[in-house]
Amino acid sequence: MVLESFNLDSVFAALADPTRRAILARLAAGEASVNELAEPFSVSQPAISRHLKVLERAGLISRGRAAQRRPRRLEAKPLAEAASWLETYRKFWEMRFKRLDALLDEMKLAEKSHGRNKR
Amino acid sequence: MKNILQVTTQGDREIVMTRLFDAPRHLVFEACSQPELVRQWLLGPEGWSMPVCEIDMRVGGRYRYVWRHGDGREMGMGGVYREIVIPERVVATEKFDEAWYPGEAVGTLVLVERDGKTTLTQSMLYDSRQTRDAVLKSPMEKGVAASYDRLETLVTSMPGQDAKRESRAS
Repeated sequence: MVLESFNLDSVFAALADPTRRAILARLAAGEASVNELAEPFSVSQPAISRHLKVLERAGLISRGRAAQRRPRRLEAKPLAEAASWLETYRKFWEMRFKRLDALLDEMKLAEKSHGRNKR
Repeated sequence: MKNILQVTTQGDREIVMTRLFDAPRHLVFEACSQPELVRQWLLGPEGWSMPVCEIDMRVGGRYRYVWRHGDGREMGMGGVYREIVIPERVVATEKFDEAWYPGEAVGTLVLVERDGKTTLTQSMLYDSRQTRDAVLKSPMEKGVAASYDRLETLVTSMPGQDAKRESRAS
């Protein structure tokens, strides 16, 4: 897997902010201009532009060519890759927690048959 | 079966895991704090046992875990307990013998019981964002020991069970 194509650190940092996540959600529905993106938020356009810059640096969005509007659009790959790292981590722990499920079942049975005095 | 594990990042330096267990909190706490129980589930993929599991659960007390593979590979980690509220909260540091990330991480375990079920939340706070992301990029299977080369395949092809067989083998 090519990790160097973008910076995973900046992807996670970019995703840590709720306004930026909302912008990504909006862009998932289709490209939009800065004005359109600023509309639903009660923040200034410069503030939105700063958020867009962070997202752009992380490779999460890109700019369209239409000179006037320069619509932003979602770049799916970095997001998918960040999600896939979380997923690998998740699978490892889920394997452990499935064992814990089985152990807890045994403990519940033991507790039922011996009262609280299991050990 | 519906108890899905959620993994998220929080802020810049933290990984947070949340999962529901069909058991009352005191049992989950026992399973997370008594060595003979911990070593039955806190394993890696098949082939790994946990020959060392020492827990001195008091503030300032230490814990030490060592995992061993049938082929001789080994890895260990440990830390110090900072905060203990039985049966709901444990804060402890974490450091691996073969430091695959810089510094010490701080883990916080929180157990909340509702209707006889327990929500477990485990968060790990790392030194820096770079460290946190390095852990995510090379989670256990690569990072924990360089020798874990085949682990990724193992983890992804994991059928998802075998708790009993392995715990008996260890």
